[in-house]
Amino acid sequence: MSKQRIVVVGNGMVGHKFIDNLIQDKKGNDGLSNYEVITFSEESRLAYDRVQLSYFFSGKTADDLSLTDDNYYHENGIKFVLNDKVVELDFANKHIITASGRIESYDKLVLATGSFPFVPPIPGNDQAHCHVYRTIDDLEAITESGKTSKVGVVIGGGLLGLEAGNALVNLGLETHIVEFAPRLMAVQLDEGGGALLRRKIEEIGVKVHTGKATTEIIAGEFCRYRMNFADGSFLETDTIIFSAGIRPQDELARLSGIDIGERGGIVINNHCQTSADNVYAIGECALWENFIFGLVAPSYQMAKVVAAHINGNTDLAFTGADMSTKLKLLGIDVASIGEVHGKTEGAQSYTYHDEIEQVYKRLIVSQDGKKLVGAVLVGDVDAYGTLLQLKLNDMVLPDNPSALILPSSDDEQSTGLGVDALPDTAAICSCFDVSKGDIKQAVAAGCCNMGDLKSSTKAATGCGGCAPLAKQVLDSELASLGFEVKNDICEHFAYSRQQLADIIRVKKIKTFSVLLTECGSGLGCEICKPAVANILASYWNDYVLEDEHVGLQDTNDNYLGNMQKDGTYSVVPRIPGGEITPDGLIVIGQVAKEFDLYTKITGGARVDLFGAQLNELPAIWKRLVDAGFETGHAYGKSLRTVKACVGSTWCRYGVKNSIGFAIDLENRYKGLRSPHKVKFGVSGCTRECAEAQGKDFGLIATDNGWNLFFGGNGGMRPRHGDLFASDLTDEQLRTYVDRIYMFYIRTADRLQRTSVWLENLEGGIEYLRDVIINDSLNINAELEAEMESNIENYQCEWKTTIEDPEKLKRFKHYINSHEADAGLEFKVEREQRFPTTKNDNKIHITELV
Amino acid sequence: MMENNLNNTTWTDICTLSDLTPNAGVCALFNKQQVAIFLCKQTDNVYAVANFDPFGEANVLSRGLIGSTEDITYVASPLYKQRFNLSTGECLDSSEHRLKTFNVRIESNQVQLKEAS
Ligand code: SRM
Ligand SMILES: Cc1cc2nc3c(=O)[nH]c(=O)nc-3n(C[C@H](O)[C@H](O)[C@H](O)COP(=O)(O)OP(=O)(O)OC[C@H]3O[C@@H](n4cnc5c(N)ncnc54)[C@H](O)[C@@H]3O)c2cc1C
Ligand code: SF4
Ligand code: FES
Repeated sequence: MSKQRIVVVGNGMVGHKFIDNLIQDKKGNDGLSNYEVITFSEESRLAYDRVQLSYFFSGKTADDLSLTDDNYYHENGIKFVLNDKVVELDFANKHIITASGRIESYDKLVLATGSFPFVPPIPGNDQAHCHVYRTIDDLEAITESGKTSKVGVVIGGGLLGLEAGNALVNLGLETHIVEFAPRLMAVQLDEGGGALLRRKIEEIGVKVHTGKATTEIIAGEFCRYRMNFADGSFLETDTIIFSAGIRPQDELARLSGIDIGERGGIVINNHCQTSADNVYAIGECALWENFIFGLVAPSYQMAKVVAAHINGNTDLAFTGADMSTKLKLLGIDVASIGEVHGKTEGAQSYTYHDEIEQVYKRLIVSQDGKKLVGAVLVGDVDAYGTLLQLKLNDMVLPDNPSALILPSSDDEQSTGLGVDALPDTAAICSCFDVSKGDIKQAVAAGCCNMGDLKSSTKAATGCGGCAPLAKQVLDSELASLGFEVKNDICEHFAYSRQQLADIIRVKKIKTFSVLLTECGSGLGCEICKPAVANILASYWNDYVLEDEHVGLQDTNDNYLGNMQKDGTYSVVPRIPGGEITPDGLIVIGQVAKEFDLYTKITGGARVDLFGAQLNELPAIWKRLVDAGFETGHAYGKSLRTVKACVGSTWCRYGVKNSIGFAIDLENRYKGLRSPHKVKFGVSGCTRECAEAQGKDFGLIATDNGWNLFFGGNGGMRPRHGDLFASDLTDEQLRTYVDRIYMFYIRTADRLQRTSVWLENLEGGIEYLRDVIINDSLNINAELEAEMESNIENYQCEWKTTIEDPEKLKRFKHYINSHEADAGLEFKVEREQRFPTTKNDNKIHITELV
Repeated sequence: MMENNLNNTTWTDICTLSDLTPNAGVCALFNKQQVAIFLCKQTDNVYAVANFDPFGEANVLSRGLIGSTEDITYVASPLYKQRFNLSTGECLDSSEHRLKTFNVRIESNQVQLKEAS
């Protein structure tokens, strides 16, 4: 039998999803061998995540956003043509024609052409620096404009307009939003919600102009352009983004005679079939019951329906979808559920408006008060998950619905509806259509944490909005199956990290083998060995390369450098506080030059030398140690850097000597192993140039002493530290830090940063204050003594190592030859050396140890 | 070093037992190949597998950690942590790759390697 040819026009989010569904549906059977699939895109790249598009401005690259790649398509036999627009559909001959003249015949044709931004017909709208906000190319052009602009305007105050506004803020422009309607986000929000959103946006410096119709864009006096409004007012700007809505990209279908809706959109039925035989339409170009769905979740549903239909399953149908949304716009939480404009007859509402905290919540309920019709939340969207489930599952409201939006006080019983109350059909993840039942099934099949759940169901891997709810369902399911949510470190020890730390401390255990005999089984593994090595180091601060410890250390600790992707290591000398003499800098430069090491200033305000081979490390470190440098412990779960500003020594605003104090602190805690790495920041005044609030320990100088912040974090989940205590003297500060640091070492989980530890600490920062300041556990004397002993036992591991010929034996690539690793290859870029491995693996940071 | 010992039936001296690090690995050059040799003190076994990590695509496996799960003794790659059975070379986390293994023994304090037949 000859293969069925499927042609997919458009490789956007939905076109790709359809292809992926085809591949996944057939996995394990005969693959796609019965099909020949070819897809065309007008864009220059394969599908990427448009939903996350704005992250482009916070550093994501086109690669990060991509949803697929050449390999995946090649492996599955999918053909694709980029940069080629399909310009004609010939139903009689069952083929399509592209702009480049290519003709492809089809058995099934899928139109996934998406939509295009509507640009209002304002004279002057087609000049340079006038943009739309839809593709990566658009964002690149906006960034380019940003470089030569001071002021930017977004025309359109809807959801996308606000996102575009955020982009302009990120580019550092004075930002204005111009909206024709009398309020922002008119589709999703009611009047009260729109008004509060506006106030919040204005507070962050974005100027909002509502009720303005732009009549023309002409040359400006102070800026590049001047926009004139119908009411006679005007606004000057250098760059403009149009975000006045989207229109279905239906031109191709229209020209070929397929049924099109009155206001555009390719008409489809419940199987997403169009009026032409064997032709489907899905995604934002499709019109279902006179409705265009401008969100991915419903569009993904359509993709699924069509893949199933082509595979012969006609049971699955598209039956509409929910348009609820929850977003963070310009840092403000906004959510809208169901119908919010009072169109439902007899509907009544509850409103909660807190002008002080700037929270607005409105609940719209049916005439009999039993069902939820819609809801608007601004400023506090915690109730979203609960409300959405009530709406989606058409559940009966609790007796006192107002409690759903009133702030909950601790004494009252929580009104949040427990996940147990949800029916199995409840949709938990709408991006991937995962129901509560699906999660239960996954758990029954052995999935026991979020990682497993994500890989087996894909839940929470799209927009991520459902993650908290998915976790709740998972935990409740595990609990109901009688699983204790286990905290064992691995199969070799039935103890948590904290318990192991207690055993080691109380029984004064000094080696892994003793611990294993006392309370473990098997040989150990890559999880427990480094964790135990780390605890041993935290309590006894032995040299980490003692024979007993060598086999326990991860490669980074084992060779005292961070392994890079090609197997070479990085070299980071400690530069306390970031202060370095010219001579010191010269030595680092000379060493880097001699060993041809790639040199970079790190995000931690010191210098990293990359590309050192195992056999080169001792010679490199000898040079550095001789010049007075010590190891920077960039490889250890230990103190990393104490970042400081110059403070009162130079800065005209500095009120304390931040740099001097930072250097003291760095020298005090250097080398100390802890459950995860620890960073400090010290700022000389409240301008906070050292970004101290983003560090584990943050110090800010005031006229009255130091303010100590604790639990800050950059990285994957940035968090500002909580203010622990104010107006501290140097001495008080050191004492508190000693105690908190050791208390963290005693009780945290493996690889748990202080931020997460603090968040999981029952009683939070207040409990911590009670322990540290009031000594409520009566352990402070012990904690201080432990810290003192650690400080006394400090050694520079590199110095110890280069002085011991036995230890140096391991710093060779081969045990039986002096040759270097022949597998290494380098290339030169920007006058420095880089590895040329094929290895472009992207790894999940959470899996790192 | 014996340069071209492609004879599969003879053992080649590599280093002395004391050159190995207990409960860790070293890399040896053998028949122009990089071989990772591990001495597991706890079970008194030596193992030899290819040093090339097929996932990370670098010569680093000798620098991985030894671990066990049930009865299997494995090495976890220092790059992305995939685990390989030290006796069979099988990857425990994916069927995509398998390491070549070598015969290894200790004869009067000498560590010796031989191509697996
Ligand atoms: C070199 C450097 C990037 C640079 O080119 O500037 C860097 C490089 C690495 N970082 Fe970092 N981080 C560097 C500053 C930072 C900073 C900025 C800072 O310290 O002010 C952060 C955010 C602040 C924070 O930690 O809260 C940072 C947050 C991370 C994280 C995320 C931690 C988190 O809690 O989410 C990881 C992953 C991890 O630790 O699990 C990470 C991990 C890594 C690793 C170790 C990944 C790895 O295993 O290969 C990188 C190896 C470094 C090497 O080979 O030397 N790095 N990393 C910076 C070295 C600073 C230094 O002098 O030691
Ligand atoms: C900035 C931004 C933020 C968003 N945020 C969210 C959000 O938070 N949540 C949410 O649910 N949705 C969001 N959306 C909407 C979401 O991105 C769309 O619903 C989704 O991308 C629609 O997918 P699609 O495949 O139908 O269209 P598209 O992704 O637009 O793909 C259509 C593709 O077809 C190509 N094409 C068109 N005509 C032809 C032709 N004749 N020949 C060849 N190729 C052609 C186009 O170039 C395009 O690449 C956002 C959109 C934007 C722009
Ligand atoms: S861990 Fe990520 S962010 Fe940090 S240096 Fe490596 S690539 Fe950059
Ligand atoms: S709802 Fe978007 S990832 Fe689950």
